[in-house]
Amino acid sequence: MKYLSEFRDPALVEDFLNEIHKITTQPWTLMEICGGQTHSLVKNGIPALLPDKITLVHGPGCPVCVTSIGIIDEAIYLAQQRDIILCSFGDMLRVPGSQKSLLEVKAEGADVRILYSPLEAVKLAEENPNKQVVFFAVGFETTAPANALSVVLAAQYKLENYSILASHVLVPPAMEAILSDENNTIDAFLAAGHVCTIMGLDEYYPIAQKYKCPIVVTGFEPVDLLQGILMAVTQLEKGEYKVENQYSRSVLPQGNLIAQQTIHQVFEVNDRVWRGIGNIPQSGYDVNTVFKKYNARLKFNIDIIPAEENKECISGDIMKGLKKPKQCPNFGTKCKPEHPLGAPMVSSEGACAAYYHYAEH
Amino acid sequence: MCLAIPGKIIEITSQLDETFRTAKVSFGGILKEINLYMTPDAHIGDYVLVHVGVAISKVDEEEAVKIFSYLKDMGEVEELEPSND
Ligand code: SF4
Repeated sequence: MKYLSEFRDPALVEDFLNEIHKITTQPWTLMEICGGQTHSLVKNGIPALLPDKITLVHGPGCPVCVTSIGIIDEAIYLAQQRDIILCSFGDMLRVPGSQKSLLEVKAEGADVRILYSPLEAVKLAEENPNKQVVFFAVGFETTAPANALSVVLAAQYKLENYSILASHVLVPPAMEAILSDENNTIDAFLAAGHVCTIMGLDEYYPIAQKYKCPIVVTGFEPVDLLQGILMAVTQLEKGEYKVENQYSRSVLPQGNLIAQQTIHQVFEVNDRVWRGIGNIPQSGYDVNTVFKKYNARLKFNIDIIPAEENKECISGDIMKGLKKPKQCPNFGTKCKPEHPLGAPMVSSEGACAAYYHYAEH
Repeated sequence: MCLAIPGKIIEITSQLDETFRTAKVSFGGILKEINLYMTPDAHIGDYVLVHVGVAISKVDEEEAVKIFSYLKDMGEVEELEPSND
């Protein structure tokens, strides 16, 4: 614990660590879902401070990482059309599709823009009536309300030149896919605080019951994460499997109801292919039929045959918690953030990139 | 892109109706236009947690200041800066 003094709340960190060491009697494997939490854990060196018996594995909680090659190819196809401005969050531009990334097609002259918010894309559409503006809408439940709101606004402003390429992914079905995998090793989950700020806790009760798996909704600072780990290990040691909320200062049990309404107004649940993992039933959002004229896939008749994933990248095993980044033969050699072979090396929230930047390799 | 960053509401910049509002929000001095549609109970002086341009919840001041300084230490607030690529 020699770096304890570097934490912002060293006394609290020490208390939680001591308590975790005291109560841990058996080996437990915990998965944090959220890429922001992975980043925080690794950057703060927390795994090394925990008892050897506790293994932290990193979940699929980076939407950039799990966006399928097929959808990236769709975005690239759109960006290459002469009258289209394709915009998205910065991270998305570097993710490799089957041939290229959006950054490469931008360098070739396509109008690809990085925006901070989908609402800026609506503004861009208003300002460019002679262009079609397409927002590449990725993200978990945290981002879905903002992306949905952009569609509601475009409809309110009667914009004919705005649409979204929806690639939303949902956390609870991914947790189920991980828990029901025959090789699953996860004993408990730290659930993502900001996803639950939107969605609340309801979806998690049946999962905790069905798989006898504690789920603790957790924030992302070191003290949050340590308290979440302590709560999960306490349950495991007692043989309990409840849903608990460590992050109650942001997460209400019912979530943000207006945000949920906005999601349901615009999106419907559909099947979604996750990069590295494959199809997970009912695990994504797409634009519903009411708002179908804002669905870029329909508007531009996109018909792209999904490409194969790079076989050298073991991102599926990483995101299911079956392997650690350092167990990938390409980690740090053929695959680095500047030349990522797979998506977990692209975004700073990806597990491979977090290890590359902050853990020894 | 997944982070939510706390900021202080400085000014309501437009109000279409009861619920539809935008505001100028300060993130440690960086000002951004933020949509308040999902936080109807947030007013000038309040702190909100903002994700991709939309406030998703209200937070208290102490908490907001704590989170912001943590994110800053972690180098996580760059996405607020205008990007030029
Ligand atoms: S290190 Fe690179 S190739 Fe290996 S799993 Fe991570 S992203 Fe894929």
